[in-house]
Parts: sequence; C-alpha cells; structure tokens
Amino acid sequence: MNFESVLRPEEIAVFTLRALYSKFGYVQYKMSKFEEYDLYVKNKDFLVSDNVITFTDTDGRLLALKPDVTLSIIKNSKDMPNELLKVYYNENVYRVSKGTRSYKEIMQAGLECLGNIDSASITEVLFLAAKSLDLISEDNVLEIADSDIVSSVLDGFEFSEFNKKQVVSFLGDKNVQGVNMVCRAEGLSQTQTDIVEKLVTLYGSVDEVLPKLSCFAINKTATTKVKELSLILSDLKFLGVSDKICVDFSVVNNMKYYNGLQFRGFVEGLPDSVLSGGQYDKLMNKMHKKSRAIGFAVYLDGIDRLSKE
Amino acid sequence: MQKMLNVALPKGRLGEKVYDMFEKAGFECPSIKENNRKLIFENPEKSVRYFWVKPSDVAIYVERGVADVGVAGKDILLEYTPDVYELLDLNIGKCDMAVAGKKGFVDDRNKTLTVATKFTKIAKSYYSAQGRDIDIIHLNGSIELAPILGLSDVIVDIVETGTTLKENDLEVIEKFQPISARLIANKSNFKFKSKLIEQILADLSKQIGKKDD
Repeated sequence: MNFESVLRPEEIAVFTLRALYSKFGYVQYKMSKFEEYDLYVKNKDFLVSDNVITFTDTDGRLLALKPDVTLSIIKNSKDMPNELLKVYYNENVYRVSKGTRSYKEIMQAGLECLGNIDSASITEVLFLAAKSLDLISEDNVLEIADSDIVSSVLDGFEFSEFNKKQVVSFLGDKNVQGVNMVCRAEGLSQTQTDIVEKLVTLYGSVDEVLPKLSCFAINKTATTKVKELSLILSDLKFLGVSDKICVDFSVVNNMKYYNGLQFRGFVEGLPDSVLSGGQYDKLMNKMHKKSRAIGFAVYLDGIDRLSKE
Repeated sequence: MQKMLNVALPKGRLGEKVYDMFEKAGFECPSIKENNRKLIFENPEKSVRYFWVKPSDVAIYVERGVADVGVAGKDILLEYTPDVYELLDLNIGKCDMAVAGKKGFVDDRNKTLTVATKFTKIAKSYYSAQGRDIDIIHLNGSIELAPILGLSDVIVDIVETGTTLKENDLEVIEKFQPISARLIANKSNFKFKSKLIEQILADLSKQIGKKDD
C-alpha cells in the first residue's frame, strides 16, 4: 500500500523529518501532554504567546497543556555539561492563534542539542535546519544571525538598556530610520551610527555578507564573535547548504533567553516562518543548568496550505 | 518567469500620492488612472500588481502575504502590531495621535478618566505609562461626539489640522505620537522578492531625501 496517498502533507513531513534527525544520531524524546503551570509562569517571556490552557489535577496541582516543548526538555533532562544530549520531538503544542484569539493545536517537530556544545554541533544543527526546510519545500530561505554580535556592538557603544531594546526592536522591523533616531539620541558619531545601521542594511547570501562582516569587529568580543560566525558560515558552505542561507540580523529578537546564533526559516508561499531556533544558554542558566544548548522547532500546521497552491 | 510584486495601496488621497511615488520609481501601471471601479491593476511589463484596500486593512494584506509590500499609517502599525518589516517612513500623510477634550477640560486625577477612541491599544499604553486609571469606550467613528454628549471625558484620535475639533468646541490637550505613512513588507515574501523590494526601497528613499533638501 502506498502510504503517501493516505497521509496528510504534515504527516509525511513529520515522518521524513524524524528519519532525518535519527539518521544524525538524535533520539526521540517523548513527553507528557501536561506540565506544571509554574514552569511557564517563571519563563513567561520565552513563550510565543502569553496564554496557557490550565486545569487543576486530581491532587490539586495546577497543570497546563504544553504551549512549548523546549522548556519541558530542559526541565526534565539531566544537566550534563560535559556530554552531548541529542533529542528530537514531534509534539502538539497549544497556543493562541493571532487571528481568532482562541486556542489552537499546533503540530511541531524539532530538535534540541544540550550539553557540551561546540562549533561542530552548532554547524550540525544549522545543517539539519537547512535540510528540514528542503524537505518541506525547495524554495526556502534560512536566515541566520549572531545575537552576540548585535549585543557586543551595542555594548561597545555603551547603549543604555532602554535604547538597546529599542534598537533590537527597530532591527526586527528593518527600520533604519528608527535605528538612526536612537543612535542620535545616544550621541553616537556618524561612523558609529553607520556601523549600527549596517546591522539593518547588511544582509544577503553567505558570499555577499561574509567578506563584509568585519565591519562589526569594533572590540575584542565583537571580533571573536565575527570570527566564530564566519567560521560556521564557511563550514555550511563546505557542506553545500549555504546557497539558501541568508545572513540577516533582523532575526535577532529575544536577547533575554537567547544568545549566539538565532535563525528562522521561510518557504515561498507561506507568509509566516516555518522554522525557528537558536542557542539558548541564557535560558539554561536561568533554569540553573550549566549545559549549553541549541535547537529549533518546525511548525507543521501551515504546510497543508502549501500543497493546495 | 519574472516574479510579480504585489502592492497594497490605501484607498484615498494618500494612496494616490503613494502610487505617484511608485510610478516615479519605475513601477508604473497606467490602467490605475482610468476612472473605474476595478480593484486590481496589473502591468506585467513592470512585473507589478496594485490593489486598493481599506487603509486600515493594508497591514493585514501584507502580514498575510497576499501583498508583498504596502503602505500603512504608523497609527495602524502601533494599534495592530502586525508582524511585518517597516522599511521606510515615507514622510507623507503626516498627522499626530493626540488627546483632545472639551475646551477648558481639566483632568481630575481622583476619578477614573473615560476615554473614547478607535485606537484602544495606543490609548491604553499611553495612559498606563503614566499610571493613569482609565476606562475605554471603543468607537468606530465620529469620535468627537463622545465628549460633547458626555459619553467620555476625552478622546484619543488622529489630529491633522484640528479643524473638526475646533468646529465642535474641542481642543487638543496633548499630541503624543507623530504619525506618517510607512512602507511595510511581508517578512517571508521579502526573502523571495528581495531584489524587487530593494529596488523600490532605494528609489523611494531617494525621492524622500530630495523632498527634505
């Protein structure tokens, strides 16, 4: 029997993604549908939407239907900073849909890599993110940026916390005039302003951006980070997945939980991103774990729209 | 095949001004000037398709990706916070978001202030930043009526020249947010049509720069 004729597009995607991840040594992580509500209260800003479906268990504990998978994996896995835990999942999460303002079940697949993360494991995760997008649609773009470059540039120019947040928000909107306004408010020189504005205006393919990244090397930390990103991009090029990769700092949005690389995947024909991920050492730290971590999620709920078109 | 760029224009005077800017940028579509009731206009030679939509809906068309780019007022972007790129301040359609009330109105901080507005979110965030306790009355139009009839103490609305306010014995209490038209783009479509969008962005920026000089 030909299974492809009976399976829905998102189901086929789930199976092919699972096959891909297990081929690279990731093991399936199965978890309960429910999680203690407390976990989400403590890490509210990490969640995509504020609302969580809650209920009281028979023993009086307040539980929630999972709005997110990453937090549960961090909470329930042992902290092993010297080893590498590679897991993938395929779970439903419950979030508020922006259009209807009511709860929606979203099918999600993804992977997390926790523990002793080095540039090889980061490259592998990015490689798998690129391959995941290829499995959904050939016409895709994976945008990547290093949030540490953004923060070391802004810290280097001594931005106030408030203005730093504003710049990051304008950066996410690709709003050059907004960034310029904040730079002027901070009293930056024209040369310094130009560098901050480059965070918005410098984007494009690996080949285009790689030679220009050095403009952000304004201090020691920034120089190290630029070198690290350049190395990873060159590795991805070597692995043959760089043609659909776009370096774009507008992907940097959450500096409270994420650090280092952040990335997001788009396929042509779908208006929202279908893949989103990054390094979240800061979140690990907040949850009292010494391990480093990187991972991503693939949102499968929009894929059926793609096949109809 | 060359990709088509889909542009959502706000119906009305502002939209016509915006179209003229796009035309100058080399994306002309002469059929749009014909006086008829069509909503969609295409010029395959320039790979561009325009459609007229209600100004407050432009952001929705762009966020949902049926339009690649569009032009929306900053008021709409602040109120609905669509997940789009805000590429350029076009420096047209300028006005202010303001608080207005009956002439001589003094805010009594001992009482909850009632605010009538179309822009619930903007009004809420403006007053919560001041720690002011308010009650919001959401109206869809003729906001100026509210304080006159005693429905609300003040209104939060867009003020351009202030003529409507004056004619109704109202006055501006505070202008707190400058508003102008912005070029917005869908985040996903931007990746796949970046060359076309960059071309428009560069030319429109040049046009604005010239106007400033």
